[in-house]
Amino acid sequence: MAHRSKYKQYWRKNLQYLSILLTIWFAVSYGFGILLVDQLDQIRLGGFGLGFWFAQQGSIYIFVLIIFVYVWLMNRLDRKFGFDEKEHGDR
Amino acid sequence: MNVQAWTFIMVATSFAIYIGVALWARARSTGDFYVAGGSVHPVVNGMATAADWMSAASFISMAGLISFMGRDGSVYLMGWTGGYVLLALLLAPYLRKFGKYTVPDFVGDRYYSQIARMVAVVCAIFVSFTYVTGQMRGVGIVFSRFLDVEITTGVFIGMGIVFFYAVLGGMKGITYTQVAQYCLLIFAYLVPAIFISMIMTGHVIPQFGFGATVTDGSGQYLLERLDGLNHALGFSAYTDGSKAMQDVFFITAALMVGTAGLPHVIVRFYTVPKVAAARISAGWALLFIALLYTTAPSVAAFARTNLLNTVADAPYEQAPEWFRNWETTGLIRFDDRNGDGRIQYTGPASEVENELFIDRDIMVLANPEIARLPDWVIGLVAAGGLAAALSTAAGLLLVISTAIAHDLFKRGLSRNISERTELITARFAAGIAVCIAGYFGINPPGFVAQVVAFAFGLAAASFFPAIILGIFSRRMNKEGAVTGMIIGISFTAIYIIYFKFLHPELNNSEHWWWGISPEGIGTLGMLLNFCTAWLISRFTPRPPRSVVEMVDRIRVPSGAGKAHEISI
Repeated sequence: MAHRSKYKQYWRKNLQYLSILLTIWFAVSYGFGILLVDQLDQIRLGGFGLGFWFAQQGSIYIFVLIIFVYVWLMNRLDRKFGFDEKEHGDR
Repeated sequence: MNVQAWTFIMVATSFAIYIGVALWARARSTGDFYVAGGSVHPVVNGMATAADWMSAASFISMAGLISFMGRDGSVYLMGWTGGYVLLALLLAPYLRKFGKYTVPDFVGDRYYSQIARMVAVVCAIFVSFTYVTGQMRGVGIVFSRFLDVEITTGVFIGMGIVFFYAVLGGMKGITYTQVAQYCLLIFAYLVPAIFISMIMTGHVIPQFGFGATVTDGSGQYLLERLDGLNHALGFSAYTDGSKAMQDVFFITAALMVGTAGLPHVIVRFYTVPKVAAARISAGWALLFIALLYTTAPSVAAFARTNLLNTVADAPYEQAPEWFRNWETTGLIRFDDRNGDGRIQYTGPASEVENELFIDRDIMVLANPEIARLPDWVIGLVAAGGLAAALSTAAGLLLVISTAIAHDLFKRGLSRNISERTELITARFAAGIAVCIAGYFGINPPGFVAQVVAFAFGLAAASFFPAIILGIFSRRMNKEGAVTGMIIGISFTAIYIIYFKFLHPELNNSEHWWWGISPEGIGTLGMLLNFCTAWLISRFTPRPPRSVVEMVDRIRVPSGAGKAHEISI
């Protein structure tokens, strides 16, 4: 059952990464861009209010970053647990 | 050379490239036709996904919408990009590992049920048809404005091109044409944006120009200037919202989740060779999309400022040439109510009556003319708009043809058809779908705009929870998932039909539930779907062992193989 527990650990770690990254995803869009937009607009960033900037620019940049960080974390995790596809990929 | 000659050259060259690519990348098997043989490079797939996703609405309409909505337009920017985070983290790698061709395939196999498969097929076809109609219309509009042909002729030309490369090339042909289309559309979007940014703020990068000062030496920020102009004419400030916060929240969520649940986007992740490739290609896709989506709000602000500076209180006799051009298409209307020969363009808070009506869709197309950019830029924008519309149309037509040939026939009605017959059926279905889409492009039903809310709402309330639960819950069974989907879809559909079609006069925040508009109701439908599915599954039998094993298998990347080689 060694395989079974390895699988469980892998999946738990994956869920942990997901919850952290999705919290950031929620914070920059729904949090900064919608719920707290008026408060953040008090802070100026050049011509932008910070809330407005997050809603129309910042959230999108961070979305892109989140995906690339996720890819990096998961590739590392796959290798650590030996679940990566090197022996099967590309035939 | 004049604008028309330039436009003709740009459009003809781009069409020649699409046809050339289609001939080079013909589909030879069902694997080629459905998932491009499962061997597309992640960056290539990212570009194709970006072109697939960015439609005529993104290219032509979105910046215009935002320039009239100001901060409220953020719902589109966040909604149509944030969905990719969900897609990359929660769906793409697992669906790739599952390794079948379509979304209904996954739903049908995971929930060991033909009913589930059929519900998914019907949703996929409905969502895709809704969408494709708008694309064909977009093609017609671009043709009629820039090349001076009837909208009908424009739609026929568009149909011909799409028919050629979608029917012949299948997913393989579509993928490589979409790469060409992405390059063209992003170039066509960025060039005028950069020009305008330099003229108005002196910044080469529009994303910076957006937050910079205007170049007239006043030292005023562009957005301050815009707020001031809006205010003086009786519009609400550009950087303030007028929608209720909970509505903005729900609309954004419905668009995000809807994006992640759209079958023509999901299916693109079946075309890459490995699970790791599916993950990274979602990242590339969003990066390519973000290039346009962070430029769009800048373009919106520039366009709005330019428009107000040019037309507000200007004498009609001296109106610029673009104003007359668009007037003849009926997309700008001026009605001199007080007979003073000047254009009064005013908002709801002004005492002066508004005399000018501007269709939001023209902002991007007219922008180069408003900013007096060279003629070749205008031709480029026209070709870019066509690229955006055609690439999305092709992706959607493929989903429709796959749903009919693969999900309905091969996996549903007649299971023992040969691969050859299936491929012919798929091509035939694609052909029929092009004709139906063309018909609706020529005779658009009056409710195209309304049904778009439908497409996202339904995708959010049906596919998304079913797929998520299918991956992240080993306990979820067919009873739970099917009831959840049916409740989610019915609730969303009834709410939208009630407010959009049966009682449009009640369609305002006083009558909406908790102030949620029909555009945002898909979010509530999705939550209902999740709750129902969870509750029902607790009181019904566990899924069979083989299904639980399948869930375990899709959770780890190793052993994916190519999409068409897996058989479970």
